[in-house]
Amino acid sequence: MKFSIVDMHKAFESRVRLGIMSALAVNDELDFSSLKEFLDVTDGNLATHLKKLTKLEFIDEEKSFIDNKPNTRYFMTDKGKKAFDDHLKVLEQIIKSQK
Amino acid sequence: MKEEQDYINDLAEIRSMMERSSKFLSLSGLAGVMAGLYALAGAWIAYSVLNFTPQTISSEYYQSVNASSNLTQLILLACLVLVLAVGTAIWFSYRKANKRGESIWNATSKRLLASISVPLLTGGLLILILLSKSFISLIAPLTLIFYGLALYNASKFSYEEVKYLGMIQIALGLLSTLFTGYGLLFWAIGFGAVHIVYGIFIHIRYER
Repeated sequence: MKFSIVDMHKAFESRVRLGIMSALAVNDELDFSSLKEFLDVTDGNLATHLKKLTKLEFIDEEKSFIDNKPNTRYFMTDKGKKAFDDHLKVLEQIIKSQK
Repeated sequence: MKEEQDYINDLAEIRSMMERSSKFLSLSGLAGVMAGLYALAGAWIAYSVLNFTPQTISSEYYQSVNASSNLTQLILLACLVLVLAVGTAIWFSYRKANKRGESIWNATSKRLLASISVPLLTGGLLILILLSKSFISLIAPLTLIFYGLALYNASKFSYEEVKYLGMIQIALGLLSTLFTGYGLLFWAIGFGAVHIVYGIFIHIRYER
């Protein structure tokens, strides 16, 4: 049985975006610096990928101030959760079907 | 088009990221062994130097004249053991986190600490209240019970084995409530022996 690449959401082609979604799947919310530490990427790189996921409405952000410093926390939306779950299912099926 | 191996790698990476971002795995097994050794040393000092025999942990004893200074010494000793154990745990975790390229003060360690602190502070305050009312015999069991509850609660954010460590401490605490005369012995078993066994287990399983 073949699964076409069409089933795979483009958002998850990038390792960084996949990493962001994985981290947010098990955390209610994470701020920028936490994500940066887990993913081990540069500020610019992370910001670009976060923007892409936000644009897709897979994640959302909440801005606040801590000690007068801006702090942005990210969390997964319901749409993002569904997309991520579907992606996991497709991955699983591909691996199963090729065994 | 991606190969099968790529998908397997994707899944492995997803799993690893989920674990890394939700669990603080820089807790050191060796620090557990050290904490156990401090506790055994503390129990030995309490028993042989301060002449704190198990039978003396009764409310009548503390109404006697020289009991209060003895009790103060004992509390100071317990605090010293606690500070040494926590200090060692932080130092060893700091080194382990550095080695793993993690920060010791990150999202996971904060959550671990938050989940430990509520049961632990509740127990600590309760014990202070009991001390002020001279309910001495319940203190050893309660330290074990609340410490066990804190560990059980925190295990979601660290090694799964922490859960079993917590359950053992809770069981020892409850047993100790049945035999209040042997509080010091249960302390030595719970904070001493059990920590050493747990620390060796973690060290062999995850740190070699």
